Amino acid sequence: MSRPGFVLEVDERTPALLMHEGEGFRLERLPLGSRVIYPPESLPALRDLDGEIRRALANPLGREPLHELIKAGMKLTIVFDDLSIPLPPMQTPDIRQRIIEHVLEIAAGKGVDDVELIAGNALHRRMTPAELKRTVGERVFRSFFPRHLRNHDAEDRGQLSVIGHTPHGEIVEINRRAAESDLIVYVNVSLTAMSGGPKSVSVGLASYRSLKHHHNVHTLRHSRSFNDPPNSAMHHSYDRMAGLLGDNLKIFQIETTVNNNTFPTQLNFLNKREWEWNLKDQATYLAVKRANDMLPPGRRRQIWHRTAAPYGVTSVTAGAPEEVHTVTMRNLLRQQLTELDGPSDIGIWGLPYICPYNVNSIMNPILVFSLGLGYFFNLYRGQPIVRKGGVAIFYHPVRNEFHPVHHPSYIDFFEEVLAETTDPVAIEAKFEEHFATDPWYTHLYRNSYAYHGVHPLYMWYWGAHALEHLGDVIFVGGDRKTTARMGFRTASTLDDALEMARERVGGSPSITYHHTPPLAMADVR
Amino acid sequence: MNLTLEYHRSPARYFAGRTVTAAVHGARTAAAVAANLSPLRLITRPDPRLPEDGWTRVKPIISGICGSDLGLLTGRNSPYLSAVISLPFTPGHEVVGETLDDVPGIPRGSRVVIDPVLGCLPRGVDTCQWCDADQHSRCDHITTGVVSAGIQTGFCTDTSGGWSQMLVAHHSQLHVLPDGLDDRSAVMIEPLSCAIHTVRRVSVPDGASVLVVGAGTVGLLTVLALREYTKCGPIYVVARYPHQRERAREMGATEVLATNRPARALRRSTGAFLAHPERGDEYLLGGTDLAFECTAGSGLDTALRAVRAGGTVVLSGMPNAGVDLTPIWFRELQLVGAYASGGQDFPDAIALAQQAPLAGFVDAVYPLARWREAIGHASAAGRLGTIKVAFDPQKD
Repeated sequence: MSRPGFVLEVDERTPALLMHEGEGFRLERLPLGSRVIYPPESLPALRDLDGEIRRALANPLGREPLHELIKAGMKLTIVFDDLSIPLPPMQTPDIRQRIIEHVLEIAAGKGVDDVELIAGNALHRRMTPAELKRTVGERVFRSFFPRHLRNHDAEDRGQLSVIGHTPHGEIVEINRRAAESDLIVYVNVSLTAMSGGPKSVSVGLASYRSLKHHHNVHTLRHSRSFNDPPNSAMHHSYDRMAGLLGDNLKIFQIETTVNNNTFPTQLNFLNKREWEWNLKDQATYLAVKRANDMLPPGRRRQIWHRTAAPYGVTSVTAGAPEEVHTVTMRNLLRQQLTELDGPSDIGIWGLPYICPYNVNSIMNPILVFSLGLGYFFNLYRGQPIVRKGGVAIFYHPVRNEFHPVHHPSYIDFFEEVLAETTDPVAIEAKFEEHFATDPWYTHLYRNSYAYHGVHPLYMWYWGAHALEHLGDVIFVGGDRKTTARMGFRTASTLDDALEMARERVGGSPSITYHHTPPLAMADVR
Repeated sequence: MNLTLEYHRSPARYFAGRTVTAAVHGARTAAAVAANLSPLRLITRPDPRLPEDGWTRVKPIISGICGSDLGLLTGRNSPYLSAVISLPFTPGHEVVGETLDDVPGIPRGSRVVIDPVLGCLPRGVDTCQWCDADQHSRCDHITTGVVSAGIQTGFCTDTSGGWSQMLVAHHSQLHVLPDGLDDRSAVMIEPLSCAIHTVRRVSVPDGASVLVVGAGTVGLLTVLALREYTKCGPIYVVARYPHQRERAREMGATEVLATNRPARALRRSTGAFLAHPERGDEYLLGGTDLAFECTAGSGLDTALRAVRAGGTVVLSGMPNAGVDLTPIWFRELQLVGAYASGGQDFPDAIALAQQAPLAGFVDAVYPLARWREAIGHASAAGRLGTIKVAFDPQKD
């Protein structure tokens, strides 16, 4: 039986606590009385995963069994989540591979010839052939790539299809192949409460003009949080779109959840609570930290990005998207939810080396922003862990470095847009259309491995709620110039950061440290 | 006797300056050592003689330090011009002065600005085809006539130059200044006439997008001239320093770009594609319709990489750097030179100077005795927040 989530109150016996800071980490002593949110202990993985997959496909929720839905002569499209989840990428074989192999086995048994596999990458960069192979496995890759295994292209006008408009006037436009299929099988990995369910097809296969209805400042400011779907305007929009899709298409959703085994055995101390580190963990910490700090930056990044998570799969659920997602959410929260009594004046987060948009890439300053003020700040249900007007303290070096191939529009966004304004509303009004329709960005998105031109703006919107909520943002160890360009302050040490924060929140602030990853979602009462 | 700053022949100093400023951080080094290494000396010479009738002695009131003067002092200018100057000479071709003799149409004691080009008329020779066509900046006779060789006043032994207490000028070179125009604004007329000439060297279609590389005196005045004499569309200016960015906007720039990766910054505004060669700077496929290179050559590469196929690059500053000409071939560009001024450029510059926001362009005026400081200041003008440094030769 795994232990539930836990909130530690720091006292004299509390050891120094681990803080992620990009491609590195440190131990930090927090002031007495600080609260620390830990996720529930890692849940046990399913023992007979193939058996569970078979069971889920044969006993779906709200749908006929898959072998009854699949018929000879049909047009079948299998869509799968792209490389943005899970994080870090899971050790192979990826759960998507295992599920796709089962689905293809059934399709082959039924004599289905017209099968296509599509990565639901929306406006994310295309996955490289190597990344596709890693996700779907050697056998599937060899059989389907490149003609029948490909990335979704949100800018291929001829290959998009309008399904209709929601009652709110939102256009639903998705990949034509999927729209014209007799059956869409969507293979999902849910790592956070925001993903999966209504989001899968309506976002993963959508075009820019469909996505803009929910990826905007207004919606994100009214998504509190976007990891709490009932209180997320973004998810309300997903729901409306998914309803329309459900009326017009046949979707068979297969969702999975993983446990909190985020780091491999050699880094196991990162998965554990600090006071439970044994001698080996302590020695490993010292050795890894010393070696990591000595490595040149390029090599250090390479090593971190080669790290694969030994995630265990905790659930496989199949059937109608809405019913499946209810079960998925339950399993996901069981692994991540920790109750917390009320917000504090100051919230602290250590930002790791990876976020959904820098897999095999560089965590540029905009992605640091979106990870901190977007993803991590929004890991709550009820209310943020920081009170309105409070201060967020993040740990990250915030280096001014960008991946030139993956993030070309991010470079321009940082250099040109943020030099002019950091206000999400002003950015949306003045720059979104230019970035979204810039032919060069579109060309690179379609033919190279670049994120869509509008993507950095979405990342900025991602933090719009936090920007409105927080009174100040401080980066410990952040590059001063780069951080200032984004409108934030830097501090050399936690003591300095707390001193700066006291200007805003008073002399004796309450402090909460959100200890993640492994991911913990705060249920703030 | 005439106190004068004289540029003299000194191969040792020439090569020393050239070597030092060609090194890494050469520009910064130039600011520190330009004056000390340059073949320049402050000496007393007899007053210059009047070559013939129609010439007058002029007492310089204020005389600017131009980028081409600095290129000369640091050995960066091309030796190409050594054939059309005479040594030793007194530099200074941006001159506001007072006449000391009566000449046709200009009584003694007039406050004048000098058009420095020494064409056929001042030289007293039969006019060449260019001077006949009122394009004396192209004069073929700049090595002959009543004064020694020299492309302009300020490069000619016999006329002396603005960095002295007295020079001689032909009446055709003189333009009487209106009373309302102060000396510091008036000294900007010569570079302004060059900027007007530069803009007139090419046809600028209405709405055309323009890149101006450099935001020193020449760049800023080129922006001003573009706004005054053309109906061009957006003007993008590459500027290094904050005060240059402010001035560029004041002159009418649409957008000011930083010097690091200007092609990238320009790409989004022009809807171009960016190409990354394996070596060398990135360039645009697309870009602006025209570019004006106003940095004495170092920005020519930027201009060539930022202009659309079939576009035009105008070379305004005196070039002193090598450049990869492949874009001219591959993108079928037109490269146009623009030197000095001609025709109506000078009168138009005088008219424009009376209404243009030129106040504050000259913010440092030195006596000749402090010439080392003046040259050092001018060499580091950008970093020091200055646009134009000048001499007041009559000041002690």
